[in-house]
Amino acid sequence: MSGGRNYRRKFMNTLMFVLAMGATAVALVPLASILMYVVAKGLTALNWDFFTQLPRPVGQPGGGLGNAIIGTIILVVAASFIGIPVGILAGIYLAEFGRGRLAGLVRFICDVMTGIPSIIVGIVVYGTMVLAMKRFSALAGAVALAVIMLPLVTRTTEEMLRLVPNSLREASLALGATRWRTTLSIVLRSAMGGIITGSLLAVARIAGETAPLLFTALNSRYWPTGLLDRIASLPVYIYTYATTPYEEMHRLAWGAALVLVAMVMLTSIAARMAGRRFGGGGRQ
Amino acid sequence: MPNHKNRQVGDGFFHGLTLLAALVMLGVVIIIALQLVKGSQPAYARFGLGFIMGSRWDPVHGQFGSLPLIYGTIVSSLIALLIAVPLSLGIAVYLAELAPSRLRGPVSFLVELLAAIPSVVYGLWGIFVLVPWIRTTVEPLLHRFLGWLPFFQGNFYGFGMLAAGVILAIMIIPTIAAVSREVLLAVPNTQREAMLALGATRWETIKMAVLPYGRSGLLGAVILGLGRAVGETMAVTMVIGNRPQISPSVFELGQTIASIIANEFSEAFDDLHLAALVMAGLVLFTVTLLLNVVARLLVWRTARIAGGAGKE
Repeated sequence: MSGGRNYRRKFMNTLMFVLAMGATAVALVPLASILMYVVAKGLTALNWDFFTQLPRPVGQPGGGLGNAIIGTIILVVAASFIGIPVGILAGIYLAEFGRGRLAGLVRFICDVMTGIPSIIVGIVVYGTMVLAMKRFSALAGAVALAVIMLPLVTRTTEEMLRLVPNSLREASLALGATRWRTTLSIVLRSAMGGIITGSLLAVARIAGETAPLLFTALNSRYWPTGLLDRIASLPVYIYTYATTPYEEMHRLAWGAALVLVAMVMLTSIAARMAGRRFGGGGRQ
Repeated sequence: MPNHKNRQVGDGFFHGLTLLAALVMLGVVIIIALQLVKGSQPAYARFGLGFIMGSRWDPVHGQFGSLPLIYGTIVSSLIALLIAVPLSLGIAVYLAELAPSRLRGPVSFLVELLAAIPSVVYGLWGIFVLVPWIRTTVEPLLHRFLGWLPFFQGNFYGFGMLAAGVILAIMIIPTIAAVSREVLLAVPNTQREAMLALGATRWETIKMAVLPYGRSGLLGAVILGLGRAVGETMAVTMVIGNRPQISPSVFELGQTIASIIANEFSEAFDDLHLAALVMAGLVLFTVTLLLNVVARLLVWRTARIAGGAGKE
Protein backbone atom coordinates (compact mmCIF):
# COMPACT_ATOMS: atom_id res chain seq x y z
CA MET A 1 0.00 0.00 0.00
CA SER A 2 2.65 2.42 1.05
CA GLY A 3 4.76 1.37 -1.91
CA GLY A 4 1.96 2.38 -4.30
CA ARG A 5 1.66 5.74 -2.64
CA ASN A 6 5.35 6.36 -2.97
CA TYR A 7 5.19 5.40 -6.58
CA ARG A 8 2.44 7.94 -7.12
CA ARG A 9 4.39 10.64 -5.30
CA LYS A 10 7.45 10.00 -7.40
CA PHE A 11 5.36 10.00 -10.52
CA MET A 12 3.82 13.37 -9.56
CA ASN A 13 7.29 14.70 -8.90
CA THR A 14 8.55 13.68 -12.32
CA LEU A 15 5.38 14.84 -14.02
CA MET A 16 5.65 18.32 -12.48
CA PHE A 17 9.31 18.52 -13.39
CA VAL A 18 8.49 17.67 -16.98
CA LEU A 19 5.60 20.15 -17.01
CA ALA A 20 7.76 22.98 -15.69
CA MET A 21 10.43 22.23 -18.25
CA GLY A 22 7.76 21.95 -20.92
CA ALA A 23 6.32 25.35 -19.98
CA THR A 24 9.74 26.88 -20.42
CA ALA A 25 10.20 25.22 -23.78
CA VAL A 26 6.73 26.26 -24.99
CA ALA A 27 7.39 29.90 -24.06
CA LEU A 28 10.56 29.88 -26.11
CA VAL A 29 8.82 28.64 -29.27
CA PRO A 30 7.36 32.06 -30.16
CA LEU A 31 10.73 33.66 -29.47
CA ALA A 32 12.39 31.32 -31.91
CA SER A 33 9.63 31.83 -34.45
CA ILE A 34 9.74 35.64 -34.21
CA LEU A 35 13.51 35.83 -34.51
CA MET A 36 13.52 33.33 -37.39
CA TYR A 37 10.89 35.19 -39.37
CA VAL A 38 12.38 38.61 -38.69
CA VAL A 39 15.81 37.47 -39.87
CA ALA A 40 14.65 35.38 -42.83
CA LYS A 41 12.07 37.83 -44.16
CA GLY A 42 14.05 40.89 -43.16
CA LEU A 43 17.18 39.84 -45.01
CA THR A 44 15.34 39.70 -48.32
CA ALA A 45 14.46 43.38 -47.91
CA LEU A 46 17.88 44.64 -46.95
CA ASN A 47 20.04 46.11 -49.64
CA TRP A 48 21.89 49.35 -50.21
CA ASP A 49 18.70 51.17 -51.22
CA PHE A 50 16.98 50.18 -48.00
CA PHE A 51 19.44 52.24 -46.01
CA THR A 52 19.95 55.14 -48.42
CA GLN A 53 16.63 55.74 -50.17
CA LEU A 54 13.37 57.38 -49.19
CA PRO A 55 10.13 55.40 -49.19
CA ARG A 56 8.34 55.39 -52.53
CA PRO A 57 4.63 56.00 -53.00
CA VAL A 58 2.28 53.02 -53.23
CA GLY A 59 2.76 50.99 -56.38
CA GLN A 60 6.34 51.96 -57.09
CA PRO A 61 8.70 49.14 -56.23
CA GLY A 62 12.04 49.69 -54.55
CA GLY A 63 12.89 52.57 -52.30
CA GLY A 64 14.07 52.32 -48.74
CA LEU A 65 13.58 53.55 -45.22
CA GLY A 66 16.74 55.59 -44.78
CA ASN A 67 14.73 58.46 -43.31
CA ALA A 68 13.11 56.19 -40.74
CA ILE A 69 16.44 54.76 -39.61
CA ILE A 70 17.92 58.23 -39.12
CA GLY A 71 14.64 59.43 -37.60
CA THR A 72 14.66 56.64 -35.01
CA ILE A 73 18.24 57.46 -34.08
CA ILE A 74 17.44 61.18 -33.75
CA LEU A 75 14.37 60.47 -31.62
CA VAL A 76 16.23 58.10 -29.33
CA VAL A 77 19.24 60.39 -28.92
CA ALA A 78 17.06 63.43 -28.23
CA ALA A 79 14.97 61.46 -25.72
CA SER A 80 18.14 60.25 -24.00
CA PHE A 81 19.42 63.81 -23.69
CA ILE A 82 16.28 64.71 -21.77
CA GLY A 83 15.54 61.49 -19.93
CA ILE A 84 18.94 60.24 -18.78
CA PRO A 85 20.27 63.35 -16.94
CA VAL A 86 16.97 63.98 -15.18
CA GLY A 87 16.64 60.30 -14.36
CA ILE A 88 20.15 60.08 -12.93
CA LEU A 89 19.67 63.23 -10.84
CA ALA A 90 16.37 61.94 -9.50
CA GLY A 91 18.06 58.63 -8.73
CA ILE A 92 20.81 60.47 -6.84
CA TYR A 93 18.16 62.27 -4.83
CA LEU A 94 16.48 59.01 -3.88
CA ALA A 95 19.71 57.25 -2.94
CA GLU A 96 21.67 60.05 -1.28
CA PHE A 97 19.13 62.48 0.14
CA GLY A 98 15.78 60.75 -0.02
CA ARG A 99 14.65 59.50 3.35
CA GLY A 100 11.40 61.30 3.96
CA ARG A 101 7.87 60.84 2.78
CA LEU A 102 8.54 62.68 -0.48
CA ALA A 103 11.24 60.21 -1.47
CA GLY A 104 8.95 57.30 -0.69
CA LEU A 105 6.28 58.85 -2.88
CA VAL A 106 8.67 59.45 -5.78
CA ARG A 107 10.00 55.91 -5.50
CA PHE A 108 6.49 54.51 -5.55
CA ILE A 109 5.50 56.69 -8.50
CA CYS A 110 8.54 55.48 -10.41
CA ASP A 111 7.56 51.88 -9.91
CA VAL A 112 3.98 52.50 -10.81
CA MET A 113 4.83 54.68 -13.81
CA THR A 114 6.74 51.89 -15.52
CA GLY A 115 3.36 50.17 -15.78
CA ILE A 116 1.45 53.05 -17.34
CA PRO A 117 0.64 52.30 -20.98
CA SER A 118 2.87 54.26 -23.32
CA ILE A 119 -0.08 55.31 -25.44
CA ILE A 120 -1.33 57.38 -22.49
CA VAL A 121 1.93 59.30 -22.59
CA GLY A 122 1.28 59.88 -26.28
CA ILE A 123 -2.15 61.37 -25.59
CA VAL A 124 -0.79 63.66 -22.90
CA VAL A 125 2.15 64.94 -24.94
CA TYR A 126 -0.28 65.54 -27.79
CA GLY A 127 -2.48 67.58 -25.46
CA THR A 128 0.33 69.58 -23.91
CA MET A 129 2.91 70.00 -26.68
CA VAL A 130 1.45 69.24 -30.07
CA LEU A 131 -1.67 71.34 -29.50
CA ALA A 132 0.30 74.19 -27.92
CA MET A 133 2.89 74.30 -30.70
CA LYS A 134 0.25 73.58 -33.30
CA ARG A 135 2.46 70.99 -34.97
CA PHE A 136 3.58 67.42 -34.73
CA SER A 137 7.29 67.37 -34.09
CA ALA A 138 10.30 65.21 -33.44
CA LEU A 139 10.68 67.14 -30.19
CA ALA A 140 7.25 66.06 -28.98
CA GLY A 141 8.10 62.47 -29.86
CA ALA A 142 11.38 62.72 -27.99
CA VAL A 143 9.67 64.16 -24.91
CA ALA A 144 7.15 61.31 -24.92
CA LEU A 145 9.96 58.75 -25.13
CA ALA A 146 11.91 60.58 -22.42
CA VAL A 147 8.91 60.36 -20.07
CA ILE A 148 8.84 56.60 -20.63
CA MET A 149 12.55 56.15 -19.91
CA LEU A 150 12.64 58.47 -16.90
CA PRO A 151 11.39 56.05 -14.22
CA LEU A 152 13.58 53.24 -15.58
CA VAL A 153 16.74 55.33 -15.33
CA THR A 154 15.79 56.75 -11.94
CA ARG A 155 15.22 53.36 -10.33
CA THR A 156 18.34 51.69 -11.69
CA THR A 157 20.45 54.68 -10.68
CA GLU A 158 19.07 54.53 -7.17
CA GLU A 159 19.65 50.82 -6.88
CA MET A 160 23.20 51.06 -8.20
CA LEU A 161 24.07 53.93 -5.84
CA ARG A 162 22.76 51.92 -2.91
CA LEU A 163 25.25 49.20 -3.72
CA VAL A 164 28.13 51.60 -3.17
CA PRO A 165 29.46 50.95 0.34
CA ASN A 166 29.04 53.80 2.82
CA SER A 167 32.70 53.59 3.82
CA LEU A 168 33.57 55.09 0.44
CA ARG A 169 31.37 58.12 1.12
CA GLU A 170 32.74 58.51 4.63
CA ALA A 171 36.33 58.27 3.43
CA SER A 172 35.77 60.95 0.84
CA LEU A 173 33.97 63.26 3.25
CA ALA A 174 36.66 62.71 5.85
CA LEU A 175 39.28 63.79 3.36
CA GLY A 176 37.47 67.09 3.13
CA ALA A 177 35.54 66.64 -0.11
CA THR A 178 32.19 68.34 -0.34
CA ARG A 179 29.02 66.35 -0.48
CA TRP A 180 28.44 66.99 -4.18
CA ARG A 181 32.02 66.16 -5.11
CA THR A 182 31.79 62.97 -3.13
CA THR A 183 28.58 62.02 -4.88
CA LEU A 184 29.74 62.92 -8.37
CA SER A 185 33.32 61.75 -8.40
CA ILE A 186 33.30 58.92 -5.87
CA VAL A 187 29.85 57.43 -5.51
CA LEU A 188 28.57 57.99 -9.03
CA ARG A 189 31.84 56.80 -10.46
CA SER A 190 31.90 53.50 -8.70
CA ALA A 191 28.30 52.88 -9.72
CA MET A 192 28.94 53.98 -13.30
CA GLY A 193 28.74 50.50 -14.84
CA GLY A 194 25.32 49.80 -13.45
CA ILE A 195 24.00 53.23 -14.36
CA ILE A 196 25.23 52.93 -17.94
CA THR A 197 23.68 49.49 -18.17
CA GLY A 198 20.37 50.78 -16.84
CA SER A 199 20.36 53.76 -19.16
CA LEU A 200 21.19 51.65 -22.21
CA LEU A 201 18.42 49.21 -21.34
CA ALA A 202 16.04 52.16 -21.13
CA VAL A 203 17.29 53.29 -24.55
CA ALA A 204 16.68 49.81 -25.97
CA ARG A 205 13.24 49.84 -24.48
CA ILE A 206 12.14 53.16 -26.05
CA ALA A 207 13.75 52.47 -29.42
CA GLY A 208 10.89 50.13 -30.26
CA GLU A 209 8.08 52.22 -28.81
CA THR A 210 5.41 52.98 -31.37
CA ALA A 211 2.23 54.05 -29.66
CA PRO A 212 3.45 57.37 -28.20
CA LEU A 213 4.91 58.37 -31.56
CA LEU A 214 1.65 57.93 -33.46
CA PHE A 215 0.38 61.35 -32.42
CA THR A 216 3.53 63.19 -31.45
CA ALA A 217 6.29 62.68 -34.03
CA LEU A 218 3.69 61.29 -36.44
CA ASN A 219 5.56 60.18 -39.55
CA SER A 220 7.17 61.64 -42.62
CA ARG A 221 8.06 60.57 -46.12
CA TYR A 222 11.09 62.83 -46.27
CA TRP A 223 14.49 63.11 -44.66
CA PRO A 224 14.46 64.61 -41.16
CA THR A 225 14.57 68.40 -41.34
CA GLY A 226 14.79 69.39 -37.70
CA LEU A 227 13.43 68.78 -34.25
CA LEU A 228 10.41 70.98 -34.85
CA ASP A 229 9.12 69.00 -37.81
CA ARG A 230 7.39 65.65 -38.02
CA ILE A 231 9.82 62.81 -38.31
CA ALA A 232 9.83 59.26 -39.62
CA SER A 233 10.68 56.30 -37.40
CA LEU A 234 11.09 52.57 -37.94
CA PRO A 235 8.35 51.47 -35.50
CA VAL A 236 5.73 53.71 -37.06
CA TYR A 237 6.71 52.53 -40.55
CA ILE A 238 6.46 48.91 -39.46
CA TYR A 239 2.96 49.58 -38.16
CA THR A 240 1.85 51.53 -41.24
CA TYR A 241 3.34 49.16 -43.80
CA ALA A 242 2.26 45.97 -42.05
CA THR A 243 -1.36 47.11 -42.09
CA THR A 244 -1.44 47.96 -45.81
CA PRO A 245 -2.39 45.33 -48.39
CA TYR A 246 0.75 45.79 -50.50
CA GLU A 247 3.32 43.03 -50.84
CA GLU A 248 6.21 45.44 -51.43
CA MET A 249 5.42 47.36 -48.24
CA HIS A 250 5.22 44.15 -46.22
CA ARG A 251 8.71 43.35 -47.44
CA LEU A 252 9.98 46.73 -46.28
CA ALA A 253 8.20 46.28 -42.94
CA TRP A 254 10.11 43.04 -42.35
CA GLY A 255 13.35 44.79 -43.28
CA ALA A 256 12.54 47.58 -40.84
CA ALA A 257 11.75 45.01 -38.15
CA LEU A 258 15.12 43.33 -38.68
CA VAL A 259 16.97 46.65 -38.42
CA LEU A 260 14.96 47.66 -35.35
CA VAL A 261 15.42 44.34 -33.57
CA ALA A 262 19.14 44.43 -34.39
CA MET A 263 19.38 47.95 -32.94
CA VAL A 264 17.56 46.92 -29.77
CA MET A 265 19.61 43.74 -29.34
CA LEU A 266 22.92 45.51 -29.96
CA THR A 267 22.02 48.11 -27.36
CA SER A 268 21.11 45.39 -24.86
CA ILE A 269 24.39 43.58 -25.50
CA ALA A 270 26.29 46.86 -25.16
CA ALA A 271 24.50 47.38 -21.86
CA ARG A 272 25.66 44.03 -20.58
CA MET A 273 29.20 44.68 -21.71
CA ALA A 274 29.24 48.11 -20.10
CA GLY A 275 28.06 46.52 -16.88
CA ARG A 276 30.88 44.02 -17.02
CA ARG A 277 33.52 46.59 -17.90
CA PHE A 278 32.70 49.25 -15.33
CA GLY A 279 30.61 47.24 -12.93
CA GLY A 280 33.10 44.88 -11.30
CA GLY A 281 34.85 47.43 -9.11
CA GLY A 282 31.73 48.99 -7.69
CA ARG A 283 30.31 45.90 -6.15
CA GLN A 284 33.37 44.40 -4.55
CA MET B 1 35.68 80.74 6.28
CA PRO B 2 34.42 81.89 2.87
CA ASN B 3 35.50 78.49 1.66
CA HIS B 4 33.19 76.92 4.19
CA LYS B 5 30.34 79.04 2.94
CA ASN B 6 31.06 78.06 -0.67
CA ARG B 7 30.86 74.46 0.31
CA GLN B 8 27.46 74.90 1.82
CA VAL B 9 26.22 76.78 -1.22
CA GLY B 10 27.56 74.09 -3.52
CA ASP B 11 26.00 71.29 -1.52
CA GLY B 12 22.74 73.14 -1.19
CA PHE B 13 22.64 73.75 -4.91
CA PHE B 14 23.38 70.10 -5.65
CA HIS B 15 20.72 68.92 -3.24
CA GLY B 16 18.25 71.34 -4.81
CA LEU B 17 19.09 70.16 -8.31
CA THR B 18 18.51 66.51 -7.51
CA LEU B 19 15.34 67.39 -5.63
CA LEU B 20 14.15 69.26 -8.70
CA ALA B 21 14.71 66.17 -10.83
CA ALA B 22 12.75 64.08 -8.35
CA LEU B 23 9.96 66.63 -8.45
CA VAL B 24 9.92 66.38 -12.25
CA MET B 25 8.87 62.74 -11.82
CA LEU B 26 6.06 63.82 -9.56
CA GLY B 27 5.10 66.63 -11.92
CA VAL B 28 4.90 64.27 -14.89
CA VAL B 29 2.32 62.08 -13.18
CA ILE B 30 0.29 65.10 -12.11
CA ILE B 31 0.39 66.52 -15.63
CA ILE B 32 -0.71 63.18 -17.04
CA ALA B 33 -3.68 63.01 -14.69
CA LEU B 34 -4.70 66.65 -15.17
CA GLN B 35 -4.36 66.52 -18.92
CA LEU B 36 -6.50 63.39 -19.17
CA VAL B 37 -9.19 64.89 -16.96
CA LYS B 38 -9.15 68.19 -18.82
CA GLY B 39 -9.09 66.60 -22.25
CA SER B 40 -12.02 64.34 -21.49
CA GLN B 41 -14.24 67.13 -20.12
CA PRO B 42 -16.37 67.58 -23.29
CA ALA B 43 -17.12 63.87 -23.40
CA TYR B 44 -17.90 63.75 -19.69
CA ALA B 45 -20.19 66.75 -19.99
CA ARG B 46 -22.07 65.03 -22.78
CA PHE B 47 -22.28 61.43 -21.61
CA GLY B 48 -21.36 61.49 -17.93
CA LEU B 49 -20.83 58.05 -16.48
CA GLY B 50 -23.06 56.68 -19.22
CA PHE B 51 -19.84 56.73 -21.22
CA ILE B 52 -18.76 53.60 -19.46
CA MET B 53 -22.09 51.78 -19.74
CA GLY B 54 -22.97 52.81 -23.29
CA SER B 55 -22.64 49.93 -25.71
CA ARG B 56 -22.46 51.84 -28.96
CA TRP B 57 -19.24 53.40 -30.25
CA ASP B 58 -20.14 55.22 -33.41
CA PRO B 59 -18.03 58.27 -34.31
CA VAL B 60 -20.12 59.01 -37.41
CA HIS B 61 -23.26 59.59 -35.33
CA GLY B 62 -21.46 61.08 -32.36
CA GLN B 63 -22.31 58.15 -30.09
CA PHE B 64 -19.57 57.14 -27.70
CA GLY B 65 -20.18 54.31 -25.25
CA SER B 66 -17.08 52.48 -24.21
CA LEU B 67 -18.55 49.18 -23.06
CA PRO B 68 -17.39 47.28 -26.17
CA LEU B 69 -13.85 48.55 -25.63
CA ILE B 70 -13.88 47.64 -21.96
CA TYR B 71 -15.31 44.25 -22.86
CA GLY B 72 -12.57 43.71 -25.46
CA THR B 73 -9.88 44.77 -23.02
CA ILE B 74 -11.13 42.41 -20.32
CA VAL B 75 -11.68 39.41 -22.58
CA SER B 76 -8.35 39.68 -24.42
CA SER B 77 -6.54 40.12 -21.10
CA LEU B 78 -8.34 37.14 -19.55
CA ILE B 79 -7.40 34.92 -22.48
CA ALA B 80 -3.83 36.14 -22.06
CA LEU B 81 -3.80 35.33 -18.34
CA LEU B 82 -5.35 31.92 -18.93
CA ILE B 83 -2.46 31.01 -21.20
CA ALA B 84 0.35 32.98 -19.59
CA VAL B 85 -0.13 32.23 -15.88
CA PRO B 86 0.44 28.46 -15.94
CA LEU B 87 3.31 28.80 -18.38
CA SER B 88 4.98 31.62 -16.41
CA LEU B 89 4.62 29.82 -13.11
CA GLY B 90 6.11 26.73 -14.73
CA ILE B 91 9.04 28.79 -15.97
CA ALA B 92 9.52 30.45 -12.59
CA VAL B 93 9.42 27.12 -10.74
CA TYR B 94 11.80 25.60 -13.27
CA LEU B 95 14.25 28.50 -13.07
CA ALA B 96 14.13 28.97 -9.31
CA GLU B 97 13.83 25.41 -8.11
CA LEU B 98 14.61 22.76 -10.70
CA ALA B 99 16.94 23.87 -13.46
CA PRO B 100 20.61 22.91 -13.22
CA SER B 101 22.57 26.00 -12.32
CA ARG B 102 24.40 26.26 -15.61
CA LEU B 103 21.07 26.48 -17.47
CA ARG B 104 19.52 29.15 -15.27
CA GLY B 105 21.42 32.11 -16.65
CA PRO B 106 20.96 31.35 -20.36
CA VAL B 107 17.29 30.39 -20.01
CA SER B 108 16.48 33.52 -17.98
CA PHE B 109 18.25 35.52 -20.65
CA LEU B 110 16.12 33.96 -23.39
CA VAL B 111 12.91 34.65 -21.49
CA GLU B 112 14.04 38.25 -20.98
CA LEU B 113 14.69 38.48 -24.69
CA LEU B 114 10.95 38.01 -25.21
CA ALA B 115 10.46 41.25 -23.30
CA ALA B 116 13.04 43.09 -25.40
CA ILE B 117 11.26 42.55 -28.71
CA PRO B 118 9.29 45.69 -29.59
CA SER B 119 5.51 45.45 -29.47
CA VAL B 120 5.17 46.49 -33.10
CA VAL B 121 7.40 43.58 -34.17
CA TYR B 122 5.09 41.23 -32.26
CA GLY B 123 2.27 42.81 -34.24
CA LEU B 124 4.04 42.26 -37.56
CA TRP B 125 4.73 38.63 -36.67
CA GLY B 126 1.15 38.38 -35.44
CA ILE B 127 -0.33 39.51 -38.75
CA PHE B 128 1.76 37.28 -40.99
CA VAL B 129 2.51 34.21 -38.86
CA LEU B 130 0.22 33.93 -35.84
CA VAL B 131 -3.06 35.00 -37.44
CA PRO B 132 -2.84 32.57 -40.40
CA TRP B 133 -1.96 29.77 -37.99
CA ILE B 134 -4.91 30.60 -35.78
CA ARG B 135 -7.23 30.79 -38.78
CA THR B 136 -6.19 27.52 -40.37
CA THR B 137 -5.36 25.42 -37.31
CA VAL B 138 -6.40 26.71 -33.91
CA GLU B 139 -9.89 27.98 -34.68
CA PRO B 140 -11.00 24.94 -36.71
CA LEU B 141 -9.72 22.63 -33.96
CA LEU B 142 -11.38 24.57 -31.15
CA HIS B 143 -14.58 24.71 -33.14
CA ARG B 144 -14.52 20.99 -33.83
CA PHE B 145 -14.01 19.90 -30.24
CA LEU B 146 -15.54 22.74 -28.25
CA GLY B 147 -17.84 24.27 -30.86
CA TRP B 148 -20.93 23.54 -28.72
CA LEU B 149 -19.76 26.35 -26.42
CA PRO B 150 -20.78 29.85 -27.48
CA PHE B 151 -17.15 31.00 -27.16
CA PHE B 152 -15.94 28.93 -30.08
CA GLN B 153 -18.48 29.65 -32.78
CA GLY B 154 -18.53 31.83 -35.84
CA ASN B 155 -16.25 32.51 -38.75
CA PHE B 156 -12.56 31.79 -38.75
CA TYR B 157 -11.01 35.19 -39.36
CA GLY B 158 -7.73 34.52 -37.60
CA PHE B 159 -7.81 38.14 -36.53
CA GLY B 160 -9.82 38.78 -33.39
CA MET B 161 -9.99 38.35 -29.64
CA LEU B 162 -8.22 34.98 -29.66
CA ALA B 163 -5.24 36.26 -31.64
CA ALA B 164 -4.99 39.30 -29.37
CA GLY B 165 -5.13 37.09 -26.27
CA VAL B 166 -2.43 34.75 -27.56
CA ILE B 167 -0.07 37.56 -28.52
CA LEU B 168 -0.66 39.27 -25.18
CA ALA B 169 0.11 36.01 -23.41
CA ILE B 170 3.47 35.79 -25.15
CA MET B 171 4.21 39.40 -24.26
CA ILE B 172 3.37 39.16 -20.55
CA ILE B 173 5.07 35.82 -19.91
CA PRO B 174 8.48 37.47 -19.28
CA THR B 175 6.97 39.88 -16.74
CA ILE B 176 5.07 37.27 -14.75
CA ALA B 177 7.89 34.73 -14.98
CA ALA B 178 10.61 37.17 -13.90
CA VAL B 179 8.70 38.57 -10.92
CA SER B 180 7.52 35.11 -9.84
CA ARG B 181 11.07 33.84 -10.01
CA GLU B 182 12.22 36.72 -7.79
CA VAL B 183 9.45 35.90 -5.34
CA LEU B 184 10.37 32.21 -5.26
CA LEU B 185 14.03 33.05 -4.77
CA ALA B 186 13.06 35.22 -1.80
CA VAL B 187 11.52 32.24 -0.03
CA PRO B 188 14.02 31.28 2.65
CA ASN B 189 15.80 27.97 2.23
CA THR B 190 14.82 26.78 5.70
CA GLN B 191 11.30 26.32 4.31
CA ARG B 192 12.53 23.86 1.72
CA GLU B 193 14.98 22.11 3.99
CA ALA B 194 12.31 21.40 6.57
CA MET B 195 10.02 19.81 4.01
CA LEU B 196 12.80 17.80 2.39
CA ALA B 197 13.94 16.60 5.80
CA LEU B 198 10.43 15.25 6.39
CA GLY B 199 10.88 13.10 3.32
CA ALA B 200 8.88 15.18 0.86
CA THR B 201 9.65 15.01 -2.82
CA ARG B 202 10.85 18.07 -4.72
CA TRP B 203 7.37 18.77 -6.02
CA GLU B 204 5.72 18.34 -2.62
CA THR B 205 8.22 20.77 -1.20
CA ILE B 206 7.40 23.32 -3.87
CA LYS B 207 3.66 22.76 -3.55
CA MET B 208 3.44 22.82 0.24
CA ALA B 209 6.33 24.94 1.44
CA VAL B 210 7.40 27.27 -1.37
CA LEU B 211 4.30 28.29 -3.34
CA PRO B 212 2.09 29.04 -0.29
CA TYR B 213 4.88 31.10 1.21
CA GLY B 214 5.14 33.24 -1.88
CA ARG B 215 1.42 33.37 -2.55
CA SER B 216 0.84 37.10 -2.31
CA GLY B 217 3.97 37.85 -4.30
CA LEU B 218 2.91 35.45 -7.03
CA LEU B 219 -0.52 37.06 -7.11
CA GLY B 220 1.27 40.41 -7.43
CA ALA B 221 3.24 39.07 -10.38
CA VAL B 222 0.04 37.98 -12.10
CA ILE B 223 -1.62 41.35 -11.51
CA LEU B 224 1.48 43.07 -12.86
CA GLY B 225 1.14 40.94 -15.99
CA LEU B 226 -2.54 41.82 -16.17
CA GLY B 227 -1.63 45.50 -15.97
CA ARG B 228 0.69 45.10 -18.92
CA ALA B 229 -1.89 43.17 -20.92
CA VAL B 230 -4.55 45.81 -20.32
CA GLY B 231 -2.31 48.62 -21.57
CA GLU B 232 -0.52 46.85 -24.39
CA THR B 233 -1.30 48.67 -27.60
CA MET B 234 0.45 48.03 -30.87
CA ALA B 235 0.48 44.25 -31.15
CA VAL B 236 -3.17 44.11 -30.10
CA THR B 237 -4.19 46.86 -32.51
CA MET B 238 -2.59 44.93 -35.35
CA VAL B 239 -4.32 41.58 -34.72
CA ILE B 240 -7.63 42.19 -32.91
CA GLY B 241 -9.55 43.32 -35.98
CA ASN B 242 -10.56 46.71 -34.58
CA ARG B 243 -14.31 46.41 -34.46
CA PRO B 244 -15.97 47.67 -31.27
CA GLN B 245 -18.58 45.01 -30.56
CA ILE B 246 -19.62 42.66 -27.82
CA SER B 247 -19.82 39.05 -28.84
CA PRO B 248 -19.45 35.88 -26.80
CA SER B 249 -17.22 34.22 -29.39
CA VAL B 250 -13.47 34.62 -29.03
CA PHE B 251 -13.25 34.13 -32.80
CA GLU B 252 -14.95 37.49 -33.30
CA LEU B 253 -13.22 40.76 -34.05
CA GLY B 254 -12.87 43.12 -31.14
CA GLN B 255 -11.39 46.36 -29.94
CA THR B 256 -9.64 47.39 -26.75
CA ILE B 257 -9.33 50.79 -25.12
CA ALA B 258 -5.67 51.01 -26.09
CA SER B 259 -6.24 49.82 -29.64
CA ILE B 260 -9.08 52.25 -30.35
CA ILE B 261 -6.91 55.14 -29.22
CA ALA B 262 -4.07 54.00 -31.48
CA ASN B 263 -6.53 53.58 -34.31
CA GLU B 264 -8.71 56.63 -34.16
CA PHE B 265 -6.83 59.34 -32.27
CA SER B 266 -5.00 60.84 -35.22
CA GLU B 267 -8.14 60.75 -37.34
CA ALA B 268 -10.49 62.23 -34.77
CA PHE B 269 -11.25 65.60 -36.25
CA ASP B 270 -14.29 66.59 -34.25
CA ASP B 271 -13.79 67.57 -30.64
CA LEU B 272 -16.28 65.18 -29.12
CA HIS B 273 -14.62 62.18 -30.74
CA LEU B 274 -11.21 63.33 -29.50
CA ALA B 275 -12.56 63.94 -25.99
CA ALA B 276 -14.18 60.50 -26.00
CA LEU B 277 -10.85 58.92 -26.86
CA VAL B 278 -9.08 60.88 -24.13
CA MET B 279 -11.77 59.77 -21.70
CA ALA B 280 -11.18 56.17 -22.75
CA GLY B 281 -7.51 56.91 -22.03
CA LEU B 282 -8.45 58.19 -18.58
CA VAL B 283 -10.29 54.93 -17.86
CA LEU B 284 -7.24 52.96 -19.02
CA PHE B 285 -4.88 55.13 -16.96
CA THR B 286 -6.96 54.67 -13.82
CA VAL B 287 -7.27 50.92 -14.25
CA THR B 288 -3.56 50.34 -14.97
CA LEU B 289 -2.59 52.63 -12.11
CA LEU B 290 -4.74 50.69 -9.66
CA LEU B 291 -3.50 47.32 -10.93
CA ASN B 292 0.09 48.45 -10.60
CA VAL B 293 -0.34 49.83 -7.12
CA VAL B 294 -1.99 46.62 -5.93
CA ALA B 295 0.65 44.46 -7.62
CA ARG B 296 3.55 46.43 -6.17
CA LEU B 297 2.12 46.28 -2.69
CA LEU B 298 1.65 42.52 -2.92
CA VAL B 299 5.14 41.90 -4.29
CA TRP B 300 6.69 44.24 -1.74
CA ARG B 301 4.89 42.53 1.11
CA THR B 302 6.25 39.12 0.19
CA ALA B 303 9.72 40.47 -0.32
CA ARG B 304 9.59 42.21 3.05
CA ILE B 305 8.23 39.21 4.96
CA ALA B 306 10.68 36.90 3.26
CA GLY B 307 13.53 39.37 3.65
CA GLY B 308 12.76 39.82 7.34
CA ALA B 309 12.43 36.11 7.97
CA GLY B 310 15.61 35.37 6.08
CA LYS B 311 17.63 37.61 8.32
CA GLU B 312 16.65 35.89 11.51
